[in-house]
This record gives sequence, structure tokens and C-alpha cells, in this order.
Amino acid sequence: MHRSLGEKLWSFSIWAVVVFFVLNLLAMIGSVVVDSFGTHWFNTWVPAGFTPQWYVMAWEEFQLPEILIVTAEVVGAVVLISGVIGVPTAYAMARRNFPGKQLIMLLFLLPLLVPPITYGIPMATVLYQAHLAGTIWGVILANLVPTVPFVILIMIPFVEQIDPRIEAAARVFGAGLGRLFVQVLVPLLTPGILAALLLVLVRTIAMFELTFLTSGPTSQTLVVALYYAVFAAGVRSQQSIDAMAVVYMVTTLIWLLIALQFVNPTQIVTRAKQ
Amino acid sequence: MSAAQLSLRRRLRERGLDGVTLLVLPGVLFVLALFIYPFIYGLVLSFHPKQGGWLANYQKFFTEPFLYETIWLTLQIAVPATLLNTVLSVPVALRVRLMKRQKLLTTILVIPITLGTVMVADGLLTYLGPRGWLNRILLDSGITDSPVRLIHNYWGVMLSLVISGFPFTFLLTLSYVTGIDPALEQAGAMLGAKSRQRFFRILLPLLAPGLAITLALAFVQAFTVFPSAILLGAPAGPTRVISIVAYQAAFEQFDYPLASAIAMLMALIQIVIIAALLGARTLVFRGPVSTGKG
Repeated sequence: MHRSLGEKLWSFSIWAVVVFFVLNLLAMIGSVVVDSFGTHWFNTWVPAGFTPQWYVMAWEEFQLPEILIVTAEVVGAVVLISGVIGVPTAYAMARRNFPGKQLIMLLFLLPLLVPPITYGIPMATVLYQAHLAGTIWGVILANLVPTVPFVILIMIPFVEQIDPRIEAAARVFGAGLGRLFVQVLVPLLTPGILAALLLVLVRTIAMFELTFLTSGPTSQTLVVALYYAVFAAGVRSQQSIDAMAVVYMVTTLIWLLIALQFVNPTQIVTRAKQ
Repeated sequence: MSAAQLSLRRRLRERGLDGVTLLVLPGVLFVLALFIYPFIYGLVLSFHPKQGGWLANYQKFFTEPFLYETIWLTLQIAVPATLLNTVLSVPVALRVRLMKRQKLLTTILVIPITLGTVMVADGLLTYLGPRGWLNRILLDSGITDSPVRLIHNYWGVMLSLVISGFPFTFLLTLSYVTGIDPALEQAGAMLGAKSRQRFFRILLPLLAPGLAITLALAFVQAFTVFPSAILLGAPAGPTRVISIVAYQAAFEQFDYPLASAIAMLMALIQIVIIAALLGARTLVFRGPVSTGKG
């Protein structure tokens, strides 16, 4: 196709915007990584020397071992519980038409559309009244609010893809609902469950607002600890904060890379926003 | 089991209610208990202020400049960020749609969304700081003589909203753009429409419903900006956004009724803007969106 000069310029400027954005993004991440290994970094392009000492310091000063254990516990519980609640609910939503189904669908959409800080403040108030906030269970419950509907909405199309005759056959051979799930549905739904739970995992590691509003000193996850470290910048050196940021970044990005084996990047934003 | 019970069962089953349907209950009860109930609780609590009549919290919000100004301060950040991200996303998504290997770009762009706002705030503090690489480039190339101040002010928050907001609007727009049948644009081209005409007469009307949703979602995210407004902005000054005063009321002054009132106002503003955007969608475009045979 013949393209005019104007069209070529337009196309060039669009690519310039994309390249400029990506370069700044990579420079932002790169400067955190470089700073975390630097000895002194003043008016030069790279630090004067390189050292791993900030990681040792961050490991001890920020109590990273405890924080990593809490993070693993919270994320593990959220992934497991949202799967156990979400998958059966998605199955019922996909297979049955009943009065009020539209309303229930709206009920599952709302926690994904309303930003966490808006509902997080009243929710944290309720959890404080119930003496759950400040404990690890309060953090887990808070994080489940967006992840349960998220799993449901992702799983509905996966259930719809399964031929209902397979379930009918299992029923004919005498399988009850429990056996139907364990021996027929879960194996068939594995790709969907894996995708949904990996996305829940990545989202929960990075979920700041809900964890921040409900966590106490012993129930902080990595992202909340990172917030407090940046908030109190000046108390500790920027390099050790950046070392902690790198630990957070590596944790998140490893799971993102695993998740991307099963889902398309565009699905990370769109699945939840159907 | 009696005949009456059996027939009730059958009647229920005919309406789609049986053992399988009951499986929705755990999910429904969970969302009711931890999402709907807290919202209603917050709404009721907001009408039971610590002092004064039932509307005292709302009166306080709208009479104290420290509080009501936050709406204006938040809109000043959220509206430009939303518009910039969405307007940039459309041409980029239309171009990327034609790419064969989109996955590398979409993977890179999903990184800031995954890392979250706290990490982006820390990254920008290092990158945009007086000794960061951006100022190094500006100083060494002679564009400026002294470091440009981009953190701990309005611009820090704005840039963080672009870094994490643009990938979001872009990926969302891309998913809407790829849903448009390419045959429609080819038909336009065959009939002699130039690319500008094809955009305004074919693509934009088809994209309008998706764009309205993108704008609405991008706006509510920007409107509830929280960690970066504190870490990268000036939380006592130009970036004292509404979520900061809600948080401070709840967890620094322990005035839960006032905090609930502010949270309800936040929700109300979001609902009004979303309703306006989705309402405008039906005004702009009333024709069919799908390409089924007529």
C-alpha cells in the first residue's frame, strides 16, 4: 500500500511515544537495581563501586525473613480459599439459569470495579470491630474480597467450554456432586484453574491498599513493608530500600513470568473487567 | 419423602434451583458479608457522627476547606491523567494491532501494572530524583542547568499515574480494538476512504462503547490514587487527595464515622462520573456494534 509522507510521520511519532515510554520504564526499574548494588552514587552515571552489602542490611533491618513468611502464608491462603469458593460458584453460574442470576453477576462484578481504597475503609472498620484486623486472618479475608469474584468471572467461560454430556455420563454411572468435581471437572478445568489462581497469586502479592488497611505489625506483607520503608526514607539509606524493592520485584516478576505461560498479557486487565 | 415435597423439588428444579445452584451460596454469602455489608455499615455509620446531628459529617466535609478542597485537588490530578492515558492509548493500540509479534510489547507493559503503585513510586523516586538518570541526561545534554524537580510535588504523582495507568488503558483499548472486524476497515479503504476518514467514520464509532468503559475504569483508578500521592507527591499540599483524608480520618484520628462519610462521597463521585460516561456512550453512538449479517 502506498503511504503518504504524513502517514509515515504519524506512524513514526506513534512508535516514538512507545519507545520513549518503554525506555523510561526500563530506566526506572534499572535505576532501582543499579542503586541497590551501588556503594556511593552522586553525580555520576553509575555508582562508584558495587557491593551486595545492602541486601544483607535489608535482610536484617527490615526483618525480611518474617515478612516473606507472612507474605507466603497470606498469598497461599488467598489462592487456596478463592479457588475453593470460586470454582464451585463459577460452575453453578455457568450451568444453571435461575431467577436473580443477573443480580448475582452484578454482585460479583462490583468488587472488581470499585477501587480497593473506596470499599477498603468501611471494610477495615468492620474488620476492626470484629477484632480481625491486625491479624493475618483479617489480611487474608480482606484480600479475598476482590479475588473470589475474580476467580468466578475467569472460570465461567472455562466451565461453559466443557460438554455437559460428560457430566451427564458421570452422573449416569453414579457419581455424586463431590466425585463429579474431584474426578471429572477439576481435571478438565485444570488449565483454567491454573490461570485463575496464578493471576490471583500475582495480584495478591502486589495488593497494597487492602493489606495496608487491615495489617498490623505482625501481619505485613512485602508490599506493605516496602511502603513503610519508602515512607520512612531518610531513616535508612535509599540503597537498602532499593535492595528490598528488588527482592519484591523479583518475587512478583517470577510469578508473572510463570503466569504468562498460561495467560495472554491483555487478559490480565480485561478478564476482570468484562 | 412425601409427594408434596417431591413436587416442590420438581417445581424448584424447573426454575433452575437444585443442589448445583446452591453452590453459588458460598460465593454470594462471602461477597455479601465482606463487601455489601461493610458498605451499608459504612453508610449508616456516616450518619452517626461523633458530635452533632445526623448530617454533621457531611456538613463538616463541605464546610472545612481542608476537606472539601480534596475533591478539586484529586480531580486536578485524575482528569488530566485519565484523558492523557486514554487519548495516547487509541493511536498506539491501532498501530500495535497490526503487529505480528505483540507479545513482547504487551509483556513489557504489563510489568508496571503487576509491580503496583508502591514499587512504581520507589522506582520513580530513584529515577526522577535530583541524582537520578533523568536529571543526569538533562544536565549532561545541557537542556537544564540545575536538576528539574519532579518528585514530592504534583508532577511526581502525575508521572506515576502515567507509568502505571497508560499500560492499563492501552491493554484495555487493545482488547477492544482487536475485537473490531478488520473487514469493515478494508471495505472502507476499498471504497476510497483515507486513513483519517476510516478512523473517524468507522473505527471511532465502533470503539466508542469500549472507550467509555476504558475512561470510566481509568478515572476511578486515578481518582483513588493513594500510595503514590503520599510517597511521590506533597501529601500536605497540592496532592492531598481525597483518599488521604479518608485514611487519616480513620487511622490517625480514629473518627470512623467521618472516614466512612468521606468513603461514601468518594463512591458517589465515582458513580456519577461513570454514569455520565456510560450515558454519553449511548448519546454518541446508537447503532449496532457487532458485524452480524443484517
